[in-house]
Amino acid sequence: MQLARVIGEVVAPIKDPNLTGTTLLILQPLSTAGEPTGRTLVALDSVGAGVGENVFFVRGREAAYPFYPAEPPTDAAVIGIVDHWDLS
Amino acid sequence: MQLGKVVGTVVSTRKNAKLEGAKLLLVQPMTPDGEARGTALLTIDSVGAGIGETVLVVIEGKAAGDALGRKAAAVDAAVIGIVDQIDYRGDL
Repeated sequence: MQLARVIGEVVAPIKDPNLTGTTLLILQPLSTAGEPTGRTLVALDSVGAGVGENVFFVRGREAAYPFYPAEPPTDAAVIGIVDHWDLS
Repeated sequence: MQLGKVVGTVVSTRKNAKLEGAKLLLVQPMTPDGEARGTALLTIDSVGAGIGETVLVVIEGKAAGDALGRKAAAVDAAVIGIVDQIDYRGDL
């Protein structure tokens, strides 16, 4: 998983039927210092996150699990909203 | 699997139900000689690791779910060992 900030939302009226009703969020992955790192991506939301919030997301096949028994064709999903993180 | 160092902890109240009670650690992947490599990973802790410890991390969904002990959990990385010692010959 990785830390990220929600920086936007994607509206796509025409999409795979298994994506109906889902929210598509644009994520900017973050370093532990809270700085943007790497490319932005689009992820399905499973926790009700909004623009400006810090979240964590999962990549790969497991990204579909929060939506079980639906099987949306996704490779990334937001699975938590971060309250805070502490570094050594 | 990869070697890494635990550099932080993450607190999340609102998260996927399958992650309830899971301990979240930020792990900086590193080379065998201890150099940081790449971006820090957010992992599930299954062994009770703490900040500053060198750990072994699986970066694969099925393995991470097994480490958490829950089927079909939306996780892709887990700490599965605490490393005492690395014997490494960089010149080979």
